Amino acid sequence: MDNNTTKKRWISLFVENQIGCLARISGLFSSKSYNIDSITVGATDDPTVSRMTIGVTSDDMTYEQIKKQLNRSVEVIKVLDYTTIPIHMKELMFIKVNVPAEKDKTEVFRIAKVFGLKITDYDKSSILLESVDTENHNDDIIRLLSESFPNRLEVVRGGSVAIESISITDR
Amino acid sequence: MKESKQIKGSELFVKALIEEGVDTLFGYPGGQAIDLFDALYECKEVNVVLPRHEQALVHAADGYARSTGKVGVCLVTSGPGATNIVTGIATANYDSVPLVCFTGQVPTSLIGNDAFQEVDTMGICRSVCKYAVTVRKREDLGRIIKEAFYIARSGKPGPVVVDLPKDVQIGMGSADYPTEVNIRGYKPNEGVHVGQLKKAITLLKNAKKPVFLLGGGVNIARANDAMTELANRVGAPVVTTIMGKGDIPVDNKNYIGNVGIHGIYAANRAIAESDLLFSIGTRFNDRITGKTSEFAKNATIVHVDVDPAAISKNVRVDVPIVADAMVAINKLNEFTKDMSFDNTDWLKTVTDWKKSHPVTMEKRYGDRALTPQDIIETINKHYKNGVVLSTDVGQNQLWATQYFDVTSGRCLLTSGGLGTMGYGFPAIIGAKIGNPDTPCVCISGDGGAQMNIQELATAVTLEIPVVFCILNNSYLGNVRQWQEMFFKKRYSHTYLGYPRSESKHGKETASKDCPDYSPDFVKLAESYGAYGIRVKDSSEVLAAFKEADKHKDAPTVIEFLIDSDVNVYPMIPAGKSIEEVIMD
Repeated sequence: MDNNTTKKRWISLFVENQIGCLARISGLFSSKSYNIDSITVGATDDPTVSRMTIGVTSDDMTYEQIKKQLNRSVEVIKVLDYTTIPIHMKELMFIKVNVPAEKDKTEVFRIAKVFGLKITDYDKSSILLESVDTENHNDDIIRLLSESFPNRLEVVRGGSVAIESISITDR
Repeated sequence: MKESKQIKGSELFVKALIEEGVDTLFGYPGGQAIDLFDALYECKEVNVVLPRHEQALVHAADGYARSTGKVGVCLVTSGPGATNIVTGIATANYDSVPLVCFTGQVPTSLIGNDAFQEVDTMGICRSVCKYAVTVRKREDLGRIIKEAFYIARSGKPGPVVVDLPKDVQIGMGSADYPTEVNIRGYKPNEGVHVGQLKKAITLLKNAKKPVFLLGGGVNIARANDAMTELANRVGAPVVTTIMGKGDIPVDNKNYIGNVGIHGIYAANRAIAESDLLFSIGTRFNDRITGKTSEFAKNATIVHVDVDPAAISKNVRVDVPIVADAMVAINKLNEFTKDMSFDNTDWLKTVTDWKKSHPVTMEKRYGDRALTPQDIIETINKHYKNGVVLSTDVGQNQLWATQYFDVTSGRCLLTSGGLGTMGYGFPAIIGAKIGNPDTPCVCISGDGGAQMNIQELATAVTLEIPVVFCILNNSYLGNVRQWQEMFFKKRYSHTYLGYPRSESKHGKETASKDCPDYSPDFVKLAESYGAYGIRVKDSSEVLAAFKEADKHKDAPTVIEFLIDSDVNVYPMIPAGKSIEEVIMD
């Protein structure tokens, strides 16, 4: 198998909003030994339809199989490949930083300002930051904060959601 | 819209079966299925067959479905009833057999409460079936059953599991059963891409050494006649997978044989040397390809399959064509009708290989020694006017698929994909129910025979006269063969006789009147009310089948005592290429 083509890929999936659908999709990945990097799911304006954004790292051949396997699932309504088309993609992340010292607090506020993080909560020893940005940007923020405040972070990430850009001709 | 009558879910269930044309249902009652069985009690349209174990029940429905082309229908209870059918569902799924399996379930209010006989049937079955669904509302029942039958039989057929909670079974609701299906996420491909097809025809026209590789898809689509027409016109060698045996009659001049691990030399060599591999309805399973990098390495590959996910999954494909085999082959016939092909020399070359490397068994212990070849060739000669043959799994299956001549009017049922021991006997009972006027014969080993032997009771009580051939070599023979060839003859736990008398196995044992074996299959058959015959000598084979033919009121068990050390050849060791074939 050609591993030179291994890269990050994104799928947007329209599925029936039924009990067990997420299990069916995630089960399909695990039964075929495909690793999911991230998966998000939520209902849409149509309550019978859920939409998933799935991130995987794979080679071309495996990725083709993943798309085909998803397509043949009865619960799957539509499979969109977001890997190479213009999209808007954001991930929600919370980071709680334990900073009792005043100078550290100042540093966190500075980082928040520069990187566009929202201060969501605050008390004597902790600051809660919120980031809504790309997965890569959130990776960078984690890296930066863990260098400055090792072992003093608590991180939770929501996984990315993505939607296709409005095409230029439609504007 | 008219105000329709209100009926119970269980009544709608029966109505749905009748509307779907179900004439036979394989069912085993239990607490959470009792309402459904009650509704079936006075139903004259549906013949309810009661096997003795749920696993056998699904295999029987599978044999019925494969041999008739209809959907096999199962009904079992919740919990253990549902878990017992899993093996059968996976078997059917692998071989694309249309089944609809209804499972009872605890009431929706109790689901998730660890109620008595509750399991997550949908969760368990999901990965081994085409579709699994729990009906959560009485109003969805009709639509879901309609969809289940549609999904099971359309596209690439497969088993569908419909889980029916008790409250849905007893709940009142509309008596209407839908006439149409519209599933937004499921639209099987009904056409064929003509451009791709023409590209494939051009390749076929220009190829010097084309080979047709046909799989189970051609049999499932019942495209045998159309395929024979195409093969005759093109004149290229035709090779098949085990599931594809009979795609064209084996007596057709283009037919070479099976490919793969135990395939015939000529078929495997034809693929190795071909410049165009025209494959229809196969998924290029590892038993076919061996080492994929060496497989058909000189060939351009055309692949027709109804399942897009089967294409380029295991081997790279140059011309993919997503289509039902029947649709594609009909179009191929239409487009090639006025063309002429000349593959005479190439076909002769391959046919010569077939003649110089026949599949045959040596009579290691003299002319009278009983070989599996004798048994299966006797079946070929004896059942001239059609027969359904089922196999179990292991050596018996490999011999049967090597020697059984699938000509028109004959049908081979075998668990090709999953390789499920215990499949053969219940499957032939199901086949006989669907084909009461055709002789039905099962070939099994002594190991697999014991995995569903309780079905003798089913066949005896329902007076189903199948012939159950048990090839007794006292071993789990296929594993024994691997141990002999690849594990220094360390026969670890494959001997089914008495451990202390292991030294006496084989030749000596087989020469006795009764083998040193438990059970005594003849007495066992008789205790069930079936007929039992023991055959030890090649001269007795035909007489045994003739004797079995006389029995119309019960099944006949024929135990054939065969030598333990007879192996299946030729054989390509796992993961190796055709160059490394072991001929004997």
